[in-house]
Amino acid sequence: MEDSHLVELLWTTFAAFLTFATFSFLYKDNPFYKFAEHLVVGVGAGYFVVLLVLTSLKPKLWDPLLAGQWWYIIPGLLGVLMWMRFSKKVSWLSRYPIAFYIGTSGVAIPLYMYNSINRQISSTLDLSVGFGSLTAFWGIIIVIGVLTGLMYFFFSKEHKGAFGGLAKIGIYVLMLGFGASFGYTVMARISLFVQRIAFLESWGRMIGNFFS
Amino acid sequence: MKDRLKLVVFLTVIAFIIQATVAFAQSEGETADSVISEQPVTPPPKPVIVSGEDIPNDNGHKLKLNWEYPAEWNDSIVRFEIYRADSPDGDFRRLGEAAGGIFSYLDIGSKKKDDPNYMPNDQNLYYRVDAVSKSGVTVQSEIGGPFQTSGQWFHKGKVPVLIGVVLFAIFTIYFIRSARKGKDLYIRPLAGIEAVDEAIGRATEMGKPILYVLGIGGASDIATIASFTILGRVAKKVAEYQTALTVPCYDPIVMSVAQDVVRSAYLEAGRPDQYSDDLVFFVTNAQFAYVAGINGIMVRDLPATNFYLGYFAAESLILAETGNSIGAIQIAGTDQITQIPFFVVACDYTLIGEELYAASAYLGRDPLLLGALKAEDWGKAIAMVLIIVGVLATAFGWDAFREFLRVNL
Repeated sequence: MEDSHLVELLWTTFAAFLTFATFSFLYKDNPFYKFAEHLVVGVGAGYFVVLLVLTSLKPKLWDPLLAGQWWYIIPGLLGVLMWMRFSKKVSWLSRYPIAFYIGTSGVAIPLYMYNSINRQISSTLDLSVGFGSLTAFWGIIIVIGVLTGLMYFFFSKEHKGAFGGLAKIGIYVLMLGFGASFGYTVMARISLFVQRIAFLESWGRMIGNFFS
Repeated sequence: MKDRLKLVVFLTVIAFIIQATVAFAQSEGETADSVISEQPVTPPPKPVIVSGEDIPNDNGHKLKLNWEYPAEWNDSIVRFEIYRADSPDGDFRRLGEAAGGIFSYLDIGSKKKDDPNYMPNDQNLYYRVDAVSKSGVTVQSEIGGPFQTSGQWFHKGKVPVLIGVVLFAIFTIYFIRSARKGKDLYIRPLAGIEAVDEAIGRATEMGKPILYVLGIGGASDIATIASFTILGRVAKKVAEYQTALTVPCYDPIVMSVAQDVVRSAYLEAGRPDQYSDDLVFFVTNAQFAYVAGINGIMVRDLPATNFYLGYFAAESLILAETGNSIGAIQIAGTDQITQIPFFVVACDYTLIGEELYAASAYLGRDPLLLGALKAEDWGKAIAMVLIIVGVLATAFGWDAFREFLRVNL
């Protein structure tokens, strides 16, 4: 057997071992799961650091600065301020970059308005086109679902009386949607499981070939 | 006799060879004739550039060129090649091509002056279209132009978005001012929030820790921001009851903010000595490694109460199911619609979507949060009215209302 094949077999065997170690959690917590958990957490954290340096720090700060784009020093300084957390005296300085970072979420308001409100209203109204047809009938059902769903999320009024009844219809509509979403996602997860079993099967064949 | 037979065979073979050669030569001649006969007698006509339209609602540097071409020649033209120059007698640069049968081209230029494809705004541009026939003959159009592109400051198709943002801003400012003046803004109680105190009390009685998971969102995600407020409230209660708290984080900046939130809560509760940065710690930035780490914490520390509040993705069910298996009371909330079903089936209380934001306002009682929540309610009321009016208008054939609400990008 060639060396490259032997190396591939060893790595695949290690991956299969980690798969079994992770699945062993279904029985109970055990040393094998602990090993797999600590390995993946450690590798994940290390990978994140390398990724951050290669995809952010170097191309988005270091390279532009070397190219003479001096204004990149401003985000660089904000980044440095984050390190002030390690000093008790000046740890308050780290709040500036955090405030800047969180504040930028306001930039997304028009996008949220467009995606979550304008488009939703337009799409809901489009469903009611062709009044009297079967399509429009289902469209009206959806419109009722949207209205009652909105009523459920109305926090300024207690869910009592007729309003409470409509809000209850709203939560039933939501639960219908959640049920469909649940089933759909479970199917996707089963396909992931099948994929893992297929991997174990191919590993078994590899082992069989090796010993034969 | 034998020799005669050989002679006959030889002559027959020769005759066959001659016949085959003549037949091949004739067929070659016919093919050549047929190619010549397929050639059009006259060269293809010139394309005629009819217009160059500036694309509206953009920053300029974009133009749609239209030309005409006789329909009977469509099959003979392989492609049209498009060229642009700054002046009629300038150096025409090839931009691209359109297939035969297509009579327009979207010229997307660059706004960088040092780019070879630079396309200045508010300056004359000239175009030329070359028609290339199947036989390789190229015919140039007359120079078309001058055309110009221009940039706009405002996207007219987004007027409904502007109206929505302005209305929301007005409502938010109004309700924040009302809350600051001390006006009582009612928010209906939410079951999940009512259970927070009960869940913390249970953990205290059992002498077990409380696990608070902020999810995998960044510090600027709305769900994470809402979760910070709830964390503050939970941490304050935990400090008062002297219960253990564990906050494993996915994002370093989220961890920094969460540390400040928990520290402030302990200070507010009068127990700053009990706070330690180790309560809030970074696990990893890899999604499933983070889940594996939290699962390990759950099965080893056996927390009595788990909070999953923030932005969650595929890890939601793994977390909630593990928490369920250790018998913890679980309160979850996220604005990720696809993950809510998993929390609903595996947790005791679930804050669905916007309830998470409402919970932070309800617990925090901060005028800023209350004002924003009230503004959202008014926004929802207006949306409901628009939908009802829109459906009625559509039913009566008045499509203008529906079109007014549409955003045209």
